Amino acid sequence: MSVLVGPDTKLLVQGLGRDGSFQASRMRDYGTNMVAAVHPNREGQKFEDAVPYFSSVAEAVAETGANTGVIFVPAPFAADAIVEQVDAGLEVVVCITEGVPVQDMVKVNAYVKGSGSRLIGPNCPGLIHPASKAKVGIIPGNIVEPGRIGVVSRSGTLTYEAIAQLVQVGLGQSSCVGIGGDPIHGTTFTDVLELFQDDDETDAIVMIGEIGGVREQLAAEFIADKVTKPVVAAIAGQTAPPGKRMGHAGAIITGKAGLASEKNRVLTEAGVHVVESPAYIGARMKEVLG
Amino acid sequence: MNIHEYQAKDILERFGVPVPKGIVASTPGEAKAAAEELGGTVVVKAQVHAGGRGKAGGVKVVSSADEAEQAAEAMLGTNLVTHQTGPQGVPVRKVMVAEATDIADELYLSIIVDGDAGVPVVIASTEGGMDIEEVAEKTPDRLFRVAGDPLIGLSPYHARDIAALLNVPASARRATAALISNLYRLFVENDCSLVEINPLVVTKDEEVIALDAKINLEDDALFRHKDLAGLHDPEQEDELERRARSADLAYVKLDGGKVGCMVNGAGLAMATMDITKWAGADPANFLDIGGSADQDRIEEAFRIIVSDDEVEIILVNLFAGIARSDVVAQGIVNAAKETGATLPMVVAMRGTNAEEGRNILNESGLDITAAPDLAGAAETLRDKLSGAKGGAR
Repeated sequence: MSVLVGPDTKLLVQGLGRDGSFQASRMRDYGTNMVAAVHPNREGQKFEDAVPYFSSVAEAVAETGANTGVIFVPAPFAADAIVEQVDAGLEVVVCITEGVPVQDMVKVNAYVKGSGSRLIGPNCPGLIHPASKAKVGIIPGNIVEPGRIGVVSRSGTLTYEAIAQLVQVGLGQSSCVGIGGDPIHGTTFTDVLELFQDDDETDAIVMIGEIGGVREQLAAEFIADKVTKPVVAAIAGQTAPPGKRMGHAGAIITGKAGLASEKNRVLTEAGVHVVESPAYIGARMKEVLG
Repeated sequence: MNIHEYQAKDILERFGVPVPKGIVASTPGEAKAAAEELGGTVVVKAQVHAGGRGKAGGVKVVSSADEAEQAAEAMLGTNLVTHQTGPQGVPVRKVMVAEATDIADELYLSIIVDGDAGVPVVIASTEGGMDIEEVAEKTPDRLFRVAGDPLIGLSPYHARDIAALLNVPASARRATAALISNLYRLFVENDCSLVEINPLVVTKDEEVIALDAKINLEDDALFRHKDLAGLHDPEQEDELERRARSADLAYVKLDGGKVGCMVNGAGLAMATMDITKWAGADPANFLDIGGSADQDRIEEAFRIIVSDDEVEIILVNLFAGIARSDVVAQGIVNAAKETGATLPMVVAMRGTNAEEGRNILNESGLDITAAPDLAGAAETLRDKLSGAKGGAR
């Protein structure tokens, strides 16, 4: 069993500009089964002479049986792409795009909740399942190793850092899920923790949070109640000043709950192994597993 | 993006939210004329992107046009220092001259998007004119939160409920509910990230008026509000933050730090700041160069870091997925040579073309210490810092 992305993934890519095309290529190189490309005016052509282009998502799904979509379209059009993928019945919709207006996400997230689809992101690096060589998003394929640690994170490059640290101590990953750095996002820490708890490929979990919001606190509650697997957590932004946005739209301290120290405290109380320095995520996991 | 009070009040008026009559002035003479036109007691208010103006001398109540002129003279052309600005303050280029209001009661009203709930939320309090964080801390029972709905917005009954919670006089209930509905519509239609009326006042004539107004617009949505984008006042920003914004770099200046940080990715940038602290020093900045930064942007990022006089050492942490390490390395070398910067650097480079990147740095002749990873960077930095302090390492 895998988490959201795996051997059964049939991928549709929407938004094949410079970055989208580059990343689609990397996903195929890694081994992902990309079955469809969506672009408004390339119908009849093929991406890399192999994957057919369609002008609409519904058509692409009908023709290819795609079950997972990834979105690279520019921010002003991302909300529309999410709705189109949801309407076409894709089970997992991953939005990589950064800078989607918050008011768009207010509406879109409510829309997705009433559908059968699951949204990951926006503003996220996507997912990877090393054992089946399935990657949906931009996590570099050459840094991961198959193994038994589940990784869930609000960040992109800090996730790569954590993965590299795990590999360095000889721990591979079952699945890695980037949930994104925006204040309103589809799949949450709690959702992914539940999937990892039920995943027979996962023995332990790394969770990487950030300042801002209360999602880490909600995750802590869930961990205390439901998660029996060990969890190692790091919260980025211990040195961030209040009221200033630290790159990610969601990374802004607007109250006590948003502080890294507060999140660390609540997670520690929930039995999570919290690392004070983000440089020791891998070492701590090794220690916890003995 | 922040805008000025006078600009926020223009928007409020357009959406049917009552504000005191006011006139913007750029010279003392204009302020005098404005006071004459309004007549009687007026308030002269410095237009800056910072709270705490009253205590800092940026708000003056005067009873004649001559006094209005003098008050404007004292403010215009100066830098106003409040608890929200740095010690250098922010420049006052305009003042607002507004008619004085007979205040019977001061209330608080704001709207933000609650990311965790995924909807806009109206926050209201009977304690107006105070720091709302303090109200939330000390008298949480006087703070009310009412969530809107993605589809319905804020229902009229919600607006009536809030008016009732605010305990406004019966004669002003209906107008207050309408004001709240209009404010919610303003928030959504203009893609605001914050609308704050503090205080919202009830006058002695039982009218409800927005005495002060703060509006923040969401940067990511400005593409569909070309008119509002024009309200940007770059003079109110920190100079380095302004330069970073125009180079499309996510940069935040941190006061008092001496370790300049250059990182790709926001989470890793925060983590890098955090290990700086662990190594015994404060970070001078947050800087995310982004995923697809070209050489020009890297060079500008480096120039911004070294333009900060407080920076004594630079920490570069790159985990290149989309970015290319060799491009970043070349950008650093070019900018270091161009600026003549001789600051020591600790560099961790991993991912795409990391080997090439490290070679470029090694051959540059600059004072660079390579570190294998985040832990190595932290240790190297700690050693360098204790060495710089003359420690016996």
